[in-house]
Amino acid sequence: MGDLIRRSAADLATALRSGEVSSVEVAQAHLDRIAAVDGAVHAFLHVCTDEALATAREVDARRSAGDELHPLAGVPIAVKDVVVTKGIPSTAGSKILQGWIPPYDATLVERLKAAGMPILGKTNMDEFAMGSSTEHSAYGNTHNPWDLDRIPGGSGGGSAAAVAAFEAPLAIGTDTGGSIRQPAAVTGTVGTKPTYGGVSRYGLIALASSLDQAGPVSRTVLDAALLHEVIGGHDPRDSTSLTDPLPDLVGAARLGANGDLTGVRVGVVHELNGEGYQAGVRARFEEALDLLRGAGAEVVEVGCPHFVHALAAYYLILPSEASSNLARFDGMRYGLRVEPSDGPVTAERVMGATRGAGFGDEVKRRIILGTYALSAGYYDAYYGNAQKVRTLVQRDFAAAFDQADVLVSPTAPTTAFKLGEKLDDPMAMYLNDVATIPANLAGVPGLSLPSGLDQGLPVGFQVLAPARADDRLYRVGAALEMLLEQRWGGPLLAQAPELAVTA
Amino acid sequence: MSTAPDLVDYDDAVARYDPVIGIEVHVELGTASKMFDGAPTVFGAPPNTQVTPVSLGLPGSLPVVNRTAVESAILIGLALNCQIAEVCRFARKNYFYPDVPKNFQISQYDEPIAFDGWLDVELEDGTVLRVEIERAHMEEDAGKNTHVGGASGRIHGAEYSLVDYNRAGIPLVEIVTRPIAGVGERAPEVARAYVQTLRDIFRGLGVSEARMERGNVRADVNLSLRPSPDAPLGTRTETKNVNSFRSVERAVRYEICRQAAVLDAGATVIQETRHWHEDTGTTTPGRVKSDAEDYRYFPEPDLVPLAPSREWVQELRARLPEMPVARWHRLQTDWGYSDPEMRDVVNAGAVELIETTVAAGATPAAARKWWMGELARTANTEGVDLGALPVTPEQIGELQRLVDSGRLNDQLARQVLAGVLAGEGSPQEVAAARGLGIVSDDGALLAAVDEALAAQPDIAAKVRGGNLGPVGSIIGAVMKATRGQADAGRVRELVIERINQG
Amino acid sequence: MSTISREEVARLAGLARIDLTDSELTRLAGELDVIVQAVATVSAVATDDVPATSHPMPLSNVLREDEASEPLPVLDALAAAPATEGGRFAVPRILEED
Repeated sequence: MGDLIRRSAADLATALRSGEVSSVEVAQAHLDRIAAVDGAVHAFLHVCTDEALATAREVDARRSAGDELHPLAGVPIAVKDVVVTKGIPSTAGSKILQGWIPPYDATLVERLKAAGMPILGKTNMDEFAMGSSTEHSAYGNTHNPWDLDRIPGGSGGGSAAAVAAFEAPLAIGTDTGGSIRQPAAVTGTVGTKPTYGGVSRYGLIALASSLDQAGPVSRTVLDAALLHEVIGGHDPRDSTSLTDPLPDLVGAARLGANGDLTGVRVGVVHELNGEGYQAGVRARFEEALDLLRGAGAEVVEVGCPHFVHALAAYYLILPSEASSNLARFDGMRYGLRVEPSDGPVTAERVMGATRGAGFGDEVKRRIILGTYALSAGYYDAYYGNAQKVRTLVQRDFAAAFDQADVLVSPTAPTTAFKLGEKLDDPMAMYLNDVATIPANLAGVPGLSLPSGLDQGLPVGFQVLAPARADDRLYRVGAALEMLLEQRWGGPLLAQAPELAVTA
Repeated sequence: MSTAPDLVDYDDAVARYDPVIGIEVHVELGTASKMFDGAPTVFGAPPNTQVTPVSLGLPGSLPVVNRTAVESAILIGLALNCQIAEVCRFARKNYFYPDVPKNFQISQYDEPIAFDGWLDVELEDGTVLRVEIERAHMEEDAGKNTHVGGASGRIHGAEYSLVDYNRAGIPLVEIVTRPIAGVGERAPEVARAYVQTLRDIFRGLGVSEARMERGNVRADVNLSLRPSPDAPLGTRTETKNVNSFRSVERAVRYEICRQAAVLDAGATVIQETRHWHEDTGTTTPGRVKSDAEDYRYFPEPDLVPLAPSREWVQELRARLPEMPVARWHRLQTDWGYSDPEMRDVVNAGAVELIETTVAAGATPAAARKWWMGELARTANTEGVDLGALPVTPEQIGELQRLVDSGRLNDQLARQVLAGVLAGEGSPQEVAAARGLGIVSDDGALLAAVDEALAAQPDIAAKVRGGNLGPVGSIIGAVMKATRGQADAGRVRELVIERINQG
Repeated sequence: MSTISREEVARLAGLARIDLTDSELTRLAGELDVIVQAVATVSAVATDDVPATSHPMPLSNVLREDEASEPLPVLDALAAAPATEGGRFAVPRILEED
């Protein structure tokens, strides 16, 4: 059974359906792997051993009874700790929610449970999803399985690392400015940010309401499509949820895997492939473009001139919405409560003391920035203008998608940097998201898949599609994946160093 | 240090200053579920039993707009002659307070659902005043704080507080007037009449039970004074915690007296929020906010814009019931009541009762006679509302029919009514059970007449002599003998006949 | 020349109910100043003729029928509260009138 953890979710699903292996065996194998390597990786904040095995047992029982089961029933999954799980601690990586046990499940969790997927645990993240390295977690760093001294990306470094370290075949992430795609790039895994509204936000601890989306984290493009179909679709509890049915994502992935992209126009975004991007990152990108050409795709260059302002707009819109979304954490109803060390104990002062003690630096920075941007007298210049830049970015995408069916770029400008390297310079940290942010502003979907290594560290390739055309991501992604793996003789992760196993 | 502020005598104050008022009314909608989630809205439920993750503002929760609440808001807007927005959005009003679970309230800021309307308010003496409505918008209510440990449950000196979120998220519509000027010494009365008229509209529309004593309707009263109507507007204060119509009137009155004293002393009125105290009949300053509250409004990103179609608005407009004042005018004409008579009926809350009684067959005059006469007196004695008396308009109709058909006279009818009120049954049943009914059998009457004549033999001679006056005492005797159940007119006829016969 | 002063940061922290130590205040002010200058560039390109977009997907009129659903069991509602009394959330004394 040693190889159970190396299998893709699709393979596991087949094995489970054929009876080759039981859900309990699969869940246990992953729990064992977590016990063996997570001391070093620290992808998990909480491991749900009992719950996972209980779900696995139930699935096995129902399978024996001949019940009709979801295709992914019995395939285990890890969930980013920003997603609310009933009866299971949910911290959003923050001390202010230490020990909080939600009384309800997020909609996407209900769908995972309905599909019979055992939840292995909650994964580490930058506090309240603010960050690009998971170093802002209040619960310690997560380490990149490729090199434990390096960051796994952020904010969803835990989910990506868990999947990259074979602790889970699948994970749930959330992406507000790249928090699924950038960790995928630096860990050699696959991640998708769906079209805004494509996956319910009910139960996602909110960061920036108009930017947040939950999405799949996996090791293969097909696995991501399978998971996307489980969690996607309309939810009446989320007013921003799309009513359109999901396109056939799995079908698109299977189609793409035959490697034929004849007639597909691929647009290279001029503004997302330039200065500040590591040489090796750009080289892998160019090589991938050659493969796409070889598959029959027509590669064109497109200009999105307003993308250069996207980072600035993002770092106004996000903090503004976040400053309001995080106001509820005040020690009155749940979570941490801290009393001021001296002076009268009033509600107002307890709020100040609680938030002062419970929030980390990055969160404080962004809340104050957001409070400023929304302030009377500053609103028009900051928040108001940022929303205008958003319009311009959307227009750029619309024009670009007239010329191309998908847009592509390197996912991130660099490979995984060392832990601690960018902590002192917030602006330098923000630049990690420069290629991923435009998609969040416009609401269009994006996917990252591994495109190779640069000095032994993974590089990611980003595919973007028009809103509601998430299937295009999977078709192009699957095609590229097939061609790359053909070249590598197997998945990129097979080249990752073996993690030391603690007995 | 708390010395009672100086007050200028009211008449003096309004003689020398021109008051301008503004009123903000919040009405709680009587929907089955909350504004943005499905939590139930039953009044008086045990604390925190009517909350969902959304109304508690738990991390991850999201709002979804209640269709009926939107309908109610549009109906209110239409009843107030407002424009209904083609597109509007919700906005977040950000401020920290323990009864606001998200530490922001979802409200509407610069895009209210209804705006630029008016309402004609009729005062008790018949004067009609047009109040301009600036806007009506939707928002959610906050939870309820109870302060523990201080004197009289007030916030000052309280040791801690207890919060119940049952009310958090209940739909509110806030209605804001433009400054109401030119009312002079009638300002308090106008304020009161405006709030009462709104209350009648809410009830007429069926959007809220609108009971001020339950907090379904809350009024914040703004007032400023200026030396003359041509002068620019003065500094205004806002008074909250005004919990009854009477308080609205008294609070305006008090603020006029207080502000006049401030201005007389050459000082400036502080722009502040004040708190009305029912027990002392005064206002006191709220906490002075050093941080002129910056609510940092921005469009609510978790909700999408609301664009009520013109068809939907038309449909709702067609559903608008007749507005109370228009209805009263129509009924007054139909019933032929004088102005003071109709006003009394309206003020007593008897319009519907009379309407139903008339529908049950009584004339409008008769209906008014019963409800505003005998029944109003009874209600007053019992200390209850007219509508709470244990008699229905249909029963009054039945009673009046018995009088009209000659079976009862007024005096008997009142006895029957007493029986109905005592729970003895319907008017027919009570009359039968108590043996009340005008004796119309001539034979029985003649027997009584003969007896009475026999008992007073000299009367007959007097009457035959041309003096009809003494007939009254025979009639009286007959009435007494029949326990008042004879038709006095018929008795008179029979007495005179009998006397003339011999 | 700083765009956002230390005093301003202190005021904002008060508005956001976050207690900051002196050293935090100094450090934050410096960091925020850099960030604010970087993001202020949005005003250059955001001209009057460009409309603001607050919602990425153009949805409208999402409404829910007025039907009451199961509320949270009261024990669940109170379970995570730092303090409760008689079925209510107990909070420290509130200074301001609401």
